Amino acid sequence: MSLRKVVRVRALAALIAAAATVLLTGCVGGAATAPDDAGTTTLHLVGYAVPKEANNAIQKKFAETTEGKDVTWEESYGASGDQSRAVLNGLKADYVNFSLEGDVTRLVKAGLVDQSWNSGLTKGIVSDSAVVIVVQKGNPLGIRDWSDLTKPGVKIVTPNPASSGSARWNILAAYQQVIANGGTEAEAQAYLTKFFNHVAALPGSGRDATNAFLQGSANVLISYENEAILARQSGEDFDYILPDATLKIENPGAVLKDANPKAKVYLDFVLSPAGQEEFVKKGFRPVIPDTPIGEVAGANDPTKPFPVPSRLFTISELGGWDAVNAKFFDEGGLVPDIQKATGRSQ
Amino acid sequence: MTVDSQQLAPAPAAGAVTTGGGRRDRQRLPRAKRATSLTPISGLGLGIALTWFSLLVLIPLTAVLVQASMGGWSAYWDALTSPQTLAALKLTVGQAVLVTAVNIVMGTVIAWVLVRDQFAGKQLLEVVIDIPFALPTIVAGLVLLSLYGPSSPLGVNWANTRVAVFLAFLFVTLPFIVRTVQPVLLELEQEVEEAAASLGASRLTTFRLVILPSLAPAIASGAALSFCRAISEYGSLVLLSGNLPYSTEVASVRIMSSIEGDHLTEAAAVASILLVVALIVIITLDLISRRVARYA
Amino acid sequence: MPDTAAHRAITWALRLIVIGYLSFLVIWLVALVAAKTFAGGLAPVINALRQPEVIFAFELTLSAAFWAVVINTIFGVGISLLLVRYTFPGRRALNAMVDLPLSISPVVVGLALVLVYSGRTGWLGQSLEQAGFQVIYAPPGIILATAFVSLPLVIREVVPVLTEIGTEQEQAARSLGASSLQTFGRITLPAIRWGLLYGVVLSLARSLGEFGAVKIVSGGVAMRTQTATLLVEERYQQFGLQNSITAYTAAFILALIAVLALIIITSLRPGKGASQ
Repeated sequence: MSLRKVVRVRALAALIAAAATVLLTGCVGGAATAPDDAGTTTLHLVGYAVPKEANNAIQKKFAETTEGKDVTWEESYGASGDQSRAVLNGLKADYVNFSLEGDVTRLVKAGLVDQSWNSGLTKGIVSDSAVVIVVQKGNPLGIRDWSDLTKPGVKIVTPNPASSGSARWNILAAYQQVIANGGTEAEAQAYLTKFFNHVAALPGSGRDATNAFLQGSANVLISYENEAILARQSGEDFDYILPDATLKIENPGAVLKDANPKAKVYLDFVLSPAGQEEFVKKGFRPVIPDTPIGEVAGANDPTKPFPVPSRLFTISELGGWDAVNAKFFDEGGLVPDIQKATGRSQ
Repeated sequence: MTVDSQQLAPAPAAGAVTTGGGRRDRQRLPRAKRATSLTPISGLGLGIALTWFSLLVLIPLTAVLVQASMGGWSAYWDALTSPQTLAALKLTVGQAVLVTAVNIVMGTVIAWVLVRDQFAGKQLLEVVIDIPFALPTIVAGLVLLSLYGPSSPLGVNWANTRVAVFLAFLFVTLPFIVRTVQPVLLELEQEVEEAAASLGASRLTTFRLVILPSLAPAIASGAALSFCRAISEYGSLVLLSGNLPYSTEVASVRIMSSIEGDHLTEAAAVASILLVVALIVIITLDLISRRVARYA
Repeated sequence: MPDTAAHRAITWALRLIVIGYLSFLVIWLVALVAAKTFAGGLAPVINALRQPEVIFAFELTLSAAFWAVVINTIFGVGISLLLVRYTFPGRRALNAMVDLPLSISPVVVGLALVLVYSGRTGWLGQSLEQAGFQVIYAPPGIILATAFVSLPLVIREVVPVLTEIGTEQEQAARSLGASSLQTFGRITLPAIRWGLLYGVVLSLARSLGEFGAVKIVSGGVAMRTQTATLLVEERYQQFGLQNSITAYTAAFILALIAVLALIIITSLRPGKGASQ
């Protein structure tokens, strides 16, 4: 071998030896689950995409309590429907926080969550919000209400109803606001069709949709009020409109049947004033009446962050999720039909 | 090299893709008389290897085909011909064909320049060509979005359009034809070209009648690989193409949505189409390389 | 070839076309990864590298890639020997099938592995789960997916070398009384070392970058099954400059490793056409 080759070989050998050492230590340390030291509990949280920051804030406060002191977390966040199905298929979870009640019901039907999960004071709901219309800074298109969304030049981004919980809230709000404003079912359907004609992108989750909007893929985003507030808190610059007629969003949280007992303690903490306060700080509307509401940065008016829309409607007024899913989202429902119709016309 | 090795020397074959300037052509397997039949130890080795290969590759792929047929023929046909799936398949195949056409031209040109031209920095280009092969697709997607998406320095916005799909495909399939054509060009004897020139043929005629036919099998196999790679692409499109059903949704994204929606049978149905195409391409490749070798 | 002006013009034109095309398509792209990573200065990058999720993601990626490459190297060399040195029914079929993983979409790979190894509904996964061994949504699934996609790479580099070097030396060694193992260790292995190294580095680069298949089989749980590529996607989806820089930092490191691997491979080539 020439000298050059010898040097090359030695260098490579050294590189490989070093890499192997790193890898083997990483292998031992990294891939294995963190061993439970005496007293440390690891809880697994599976949630929809949007409340990651809120849950992390609550977890920090939880760690300051005696019960939550030695708890470490392993978390997964993503589109609500996808996450629910992942848990069904074996993704480890102790506490789940989804966007739709149906995503918890799926787990109840599979025997993973107890049937009494929603018999408590808040009926299983851990946070509220409302559907809002997000527009570019300064509102260049002059959007004031739902009817402005069908003006020419409006490009809407809303998530994909197949995977995202946010999408379902959005679509239901867009539909029902016509009726809340005095229209008929036929008019509501016509509006929804026009709405879909203006949809420019259908990303997988609520968070994906927000990002698509921020990147400029569309000029209007339909989203959770808390998502808009949080984005503005993080420095993103845009405006959002809380329409007079809009849907109240209610997000469930539940503990799994074979979960670590600490998970129930966490759920109770989430529903306590201390936990709810953290939700409020991140832009969610609290479910416990006596939650202190201070200034919420990022809201339209930080001192009055959660105005109540004059024509706020809820899922129960719409007939509950079972009826809604059958009418709108399941195979043969309104939305797949509209998607097919508008898809073909593109 | 000994006589024996020369017997085994590769025909300028329609080789498969390798990186690094085509140093290694994929060669035909040696003729049977060079190999021995199985001994007990090697037989055991073969058994172990086949078990591993089955557990890792064959059984899972079979599971896809089985899952696809779970609902019977009618369900399979429905899944395949649902408007959304058809649109996804049309988009995927259409853009892949376009990209392959571009690659046939550009890949040959690049291979030509790499082999026949000499200039400073040419070695750098060798590395550059292989980058799409080694770069994680999500990284490619991230940057494609910055380059051609809404905040593009170019002033274009192709984020939710078919152009995005085209560009992503173009990026990931860059090395394939280059790397199949390069070794063939290397082995091509220039005497034939010089003879043609001395007989008065123009360069274009020489290229058309002498060089191109020799390159054709290599270009064909590279094109097949490039097409296969394009229809399989996923990571670079996750962020870039908006995934509008019926408009910018490619086959792999469709499959992913079906998986996440727990519609495994539908996912498997679309996957089975992609698998069948891949199998056809591999078989064609094997046939081409065998046919060309026979001429050598 | 006569060096006419026209000839030179065409040469230059082709050269410029190629350089322009590659710059537009590749070089600019890679440069942009670096630019975006350091857009906010060095501090956010250091912050990114200090985050435990980032460190864990890279450790997981490296160890999964390591095991995948080890598995593929051992079986790869074995299969290469079997394909080249022996004859058996189905040899040609095996040779063709070894190339399958390169033509399959990573999403299909993920689906295939989930169908077989999923704990609740998998063909083999159910029994494995009962035995306490979780594949899907756990690191072993990641290793499987990674091994799948990089499977052919070592074999395709070793087979040509084995074919080229012929069997005389091995036969000579055997006739002098060396055992099979000695022959392999002293004759075969050194002869294929460059091709093997080439294939290993290529496998490693491919394994580190796998995204689609891993996304399906792993569940993307941070600090448990989230690899570097999944981290890039996740951070990119979150708000704020630090998260964006973190995504680009992870992407930058992955790109850097890929380019380094390519440079190693290119410098390993002993020269055009000649073999060791």
